[in-house]
Amino acid sequence: MTVNKKSEFLSEAMFDHFLERHTELPKWLVRQKKKSWAEYLDLPAPTRKMESWRFANVRDLGVDGFRLADPVRELDANSLIEQTKSIQQTAGKLVFGNDDILAEEPISAELRSKGVLFEPLQRAFTDHSEILEEFFMAQESALGSEKFTALHTALNRNGTLLFIPKNVEIELPIISHYWAQGQQTAVFPHTLVIARDNSKVTFVDVYRSAEVDAAQLACGVSTVYADPGAKVEYHYIQNWNEDSLSFNRLTTIAQRDANIRAYGLNLGSKHARSEGHTVLDGPGSKAELYSLAVAHANQEIDQRTLQSHNAPNARSDLLFKNALQNESKTIFSGLIKVAEEAQLTDAYQTNRNLLLSPTAEANSLPGLEILANDVRCSHGATTGQIDENELFYLLSRGISKPTAETLLVFGFFEEVLGKMSNDELAEFHRERVHRKFEPA
Amino acid sequence: MSTQAAIDIDREKGNFSYDTTYDYDAGIGLNEGVVNYIADVKGEDDWVRDFRLKALEVFNSKPLPTNWATKDLENIDFDKFRYYLSKGQEPSRTWEDVPDDVKETFERLGIPEQERAFLAGVEAQFDSEAAYSRMKDELAKEGVIFVGSTEGLKEHPEIFKKFFGKVIPTGDNKFSALNSCVFSGGSFIYVPPGVKVQQPLQAYFRINAENFGQFERTLIIADEGAEVTYMEGCTAPKFETTTLHSAVVELVALKGAKIQYITVQNWSANVFNLVTKRGLAEEDAEIKWIDCNIGSRLTMKYPGVILKGRKARGEVVSIALAGEGQHQDTGAKMIHAADETTSNIISKSISVGEGRSTYRGQVHIPKHLQGCRNNTECDALLINANSRTDTYPAITVRGDDNSVQHEASVSKVSAEQIFYLMQRGLNEGEAMSLAVNGFVNDLVKQFPMEYSVELKRLIDLEMEGSVG
Repeated sequence: MTVNKKSEFLSEAMFDHFLERHTELPKWLVRQKKKSWAEYLDLPAPTRKMESWRFANVRDLGVDGFRLADPVRELDANSLIEQTKSIQQTAGKLVFGNDDILAEEPISAELRSKGVLFEPLQRAFTDHSEILEEFFMAQESALGSEKFTALHTALNRNGTLLFIPKNVEIELPIISHYWAQGQQTAVFPHTLVIARDNSKVTFVDVYRSAEVDAAQLACGVSTVYADPGAKVEYHYIQNWNEDSLSFNRLTTIAQRDANIRAYGLNLGSKHARSEGHTVLDGPGSKAELYSLAVAHANQEIDQRTLQSHNAPNARSDLLFKNALQNESKTIFSGLIKVAEEAQLTDAYQTNRNLLLSPTAEANSLPGLEILANDVRCSHGATTGQIDENELFYLLSRGISKPTAETLLVFGFFEEVLGKMSNDELAEFHRERVHRKFEPA
Repeated sequence: MSTQAAIDIDREKGNFSYDTTYDYDAGIGLNEGVVNYIADVKGEDDWVRDFRLKALEVFNSKPLPTNWATKDLENIDFDKFRYYLSKGQEPSRTWEDVPDDVKETFERLGIPEQERAFLAGVEAQFDSEAAYSRMKDELAKEGVIFVGSTEGLKEHPEIFKKFFGKVIPTGDNKFSALNSCVFSGGSFIYVPPGVKVQQPLQAYFRINAENFGQFERTLIIADEGAEVTYMEGCTAPKFETTTLHSAVVELVALKGAKIQYITVQNWSANVFNLVTKRGLAEEDAEIKWIDCNIGSRLTMKYPGVILKGRKARGEVVSIALAGEGQHQDTGAKMIHAADETTSNIISKSISVGEGRSTYRGQVHIPKHLQGCRNNTECDALLINANSRTDTYPAITVRGDDNSVQHEASVSKVSAEQIFYLMQRGLNEGEAMSLAVNGFVNDLVKQFPMEYSVELKRLIDLEMEGSVG
C-alpha cells in the first residue's frame, strides 16, 4: 500500500495538490473549482439547530479524516468489473473505480449517429465543454447540503454525461457503476442526464464499495433534465459499505409535459444523507418519486425531499418506505412547495416506516407549503410494525414465524418494486434488498 | 342575541377602549427595575422575586426563534411596551365594586350575564390584574381554589409552588422566559381529589391600554380523580401600535384526573399572541386542549401534553381562521413518556385572502415504550388564490410496539359544491359560508354551544367579503 502525503487528506492545503495532480481539467472548470473550494471552506458545518439537519447526528459528518483516492490496482479492477455484470440487458455501461474509468461499454453506433452522448465526464469536460459549461453544477442546493455540494464541485473529476437529442428513444437501460476502494478513500461521483424534447431513456446509478469494512467518503451529485415531453426513468442504488459516510444530491427538472420516474434504494453507509429536489417547471409535467431504505445495525439513513411546483397543472407523487432493524435510525423530511401561480397542482407525499426492533428510531417530517388555492395536496406518514392479523393469517397456514415475518417485510417493499417497468432492474433492486436480510 | 349569548367573538364588538387611570404603572421597557417594581407592588416573597429576576436573564440571553419561525417576530420592539398596569391589587368579588369603566368594558362583552347563565366561576382580567373574581360558594366548600396567580402564590404556596414553572420551565423558550419575569394575573386553580366541577370555570382577558403587554400565568391542578373544564376568552381594541400577549399555561392532571381547557382567542389584529401551553398527565389522566384562534396579527401556540403516566391520554382539537394580514401559527406537541399512552391531534385551518395558517406538530415516542399510539389529522382549506397554508409536523418513533399515523390535506371549496348550493337559491357568499362551516362542523361541535353558534356566525361574516 502506498503511503499518502499528509497534504492529500481533505485539508486546506490539499486542494492545490489536487489541481497539480489533475492538469487535464480545463480552465473553466478549474476556475469553478477554486470558487467552490473557497465556498466549502467558508460554509458552516451542519449543526442540529439548522432546520435542514433536524434529528440528524451531525457529529458523524466530519470529512477531515478522508483522503483523495489512489487509482484502483488492475487486479482489483478486473474483479470490480466482473461484479457489475448482473444486469445484462443494457444499452451502455460505464464502470468507475475511485473516480477513474475502469471499463466502458459504449452505446450502439446507431444511437451515436443520432447524436446520443454517453461519455465519462473526464473526456466530456474537454470534448463537450459547450454542454458542460452550461449544465455542470448549474443547480443550487435546496435542502441543506451546500457545504458538501461545494466540496463535490471542488474535487469531482469524473462521472457520467448522458445526452439524448430530440425524439430519440432508448429502450434498454444505461448504467453507471461507481466503486470506491481503500481505507479512508473519498470519491465524488457525478451524473448528468440531459433528455431533450420527447426523448426517452432509463438510467441507473449504482454506488458500491470494493471492501465491506473500509471507511469511505462518497459525495455525489446527480442532475436530470427532462425537456418538454421527455420521459426519464432514473434509478439510484446506494450500496456503499456500512462503514462509509455518503452524501447524495439528486435534482430533477421537468419541463412541459415531461415525465420523470425516480427510484431510490438506500442500503449502505453508516450515515447516508440523500437529498432529492424535484422541480416541476412546466405545465403538465409529472414526477413519480419512489424510495426504499433498509437500515440495520446502527446505520442512519437521512432522506430529505422537496417537490417544487412552479407551474400549473403539474403532478407529483412521492412514496418513501423505510424498514428499520436493530439500533438503526431513519429520517424522512419531505416538503411540497406550491407556488402562487401553480394552480391545479396535484401533489402527494407518503412516508411509511416499518419498525422491526424495539430500539430502531424513525423520524418523519412531512411538510407542506401551499401558496395557491386550487390544488389537491396531501401527505401521510405512518410508523408501525408488522400487522398482527397478516402475521396470524400466515401462521395459520402453517408458515413458520421467521418465514412469515420475512415474507411480510418483503411484501412491504413490493409496493414500490412492483411499479418498476423493467423486470431485470426490479429484480436487481429486489435481490439487493433481500440480501440485506440474510444473516451475516 | 339572547341574554344567554356567550362571550362575543364578533371582531367589532371588542373594538373599544377606555381612557383609564392606572394606580400602578411599571413604565416603558423591560429591565431589572421593572421586574422589581412588579414584585414590590405585589408584595411577593423573595423566591418569587428571584424566580422573576433569573427569568429576565434567560429572556435576555435567548435569541428569537427565527431559525424556524416567522421573521415577523423581529418587528416586536420589547423596549416600547408597558409591562405592568393595574388599577389595584385586590380583585372585586361583586360587580358593584368593580370600577365603572372596567365594569362597563366587561358588561359590553357580556361577562356578568354569562356568569349568571352557565358558569361556575369567573375571573375577568383587565390589563395586568384581575378586576373581578368570583366562584360559586358550594365549590369553595368542596375545597376548590380559583384565584389569581398573585393570590395563589401568596395564600396557597404549599399547593402551587410544587408545580409552578415545572411543566413549562423558564428556559423553555424566549417567550416563556419573558412571561416568567413579568407575569401577572391569570388563574390558579386547584380541584381536590374526586371533585368533579360540573360547570366550566371561566377567565376573560382584556387588554385596554395601548403598547401594553399582557403576561398572565395560569396553573391548573386537578388532584386524583378530579375533573374540571376551564374556558378563556380574549379581546383587545384595535390600536395602531402593536400589543403583546405572552401567557404561560400549565396544567397538571394527577392520577385519573381530567382537564379540559377551552380557548377562544379573538385578539385584535395588532396583537402578537405568543403563548406557551402544556399539560402534564399522570397515570390514567386525560388532558384535552380545545383551541380556537381567530384574532391576532401573529399567533404562535402549540399546546402540548406530556404523557407521563401509564395509559395517560392527550388530545388537541384546534381550529384556526387566518384572515387578511394574519398568521395563525398553531399546532400541538405530544410527548409520550410512559407505556400505553395515547394521543390525538385534530387541526383544521382556514386561510382567507392573504391570510396564512401554519400547523407545526411534534409527536415524540422514545425508546423502550410499548403500546403508544398517536393519530394526527390536519386539514387546511384555502379560500382565495393568494391564501397560504403550511404544515410542518415532526414525528419520532422508537420501537416496534408503537404506532403513529399522520395525515394532512389541503383543499379548496370545490366549484361543484358552490354551484350546487347556488342552484338551490343561495348566493355565492352564503354558499361559501355553508361549505366552510361544513368543513369545521365536527370540531365546532366540541365547543360549548354558545361558542359554536358565535363561531358559525363569524365564519358567515368572513365569507361574505371573500368571494366575487
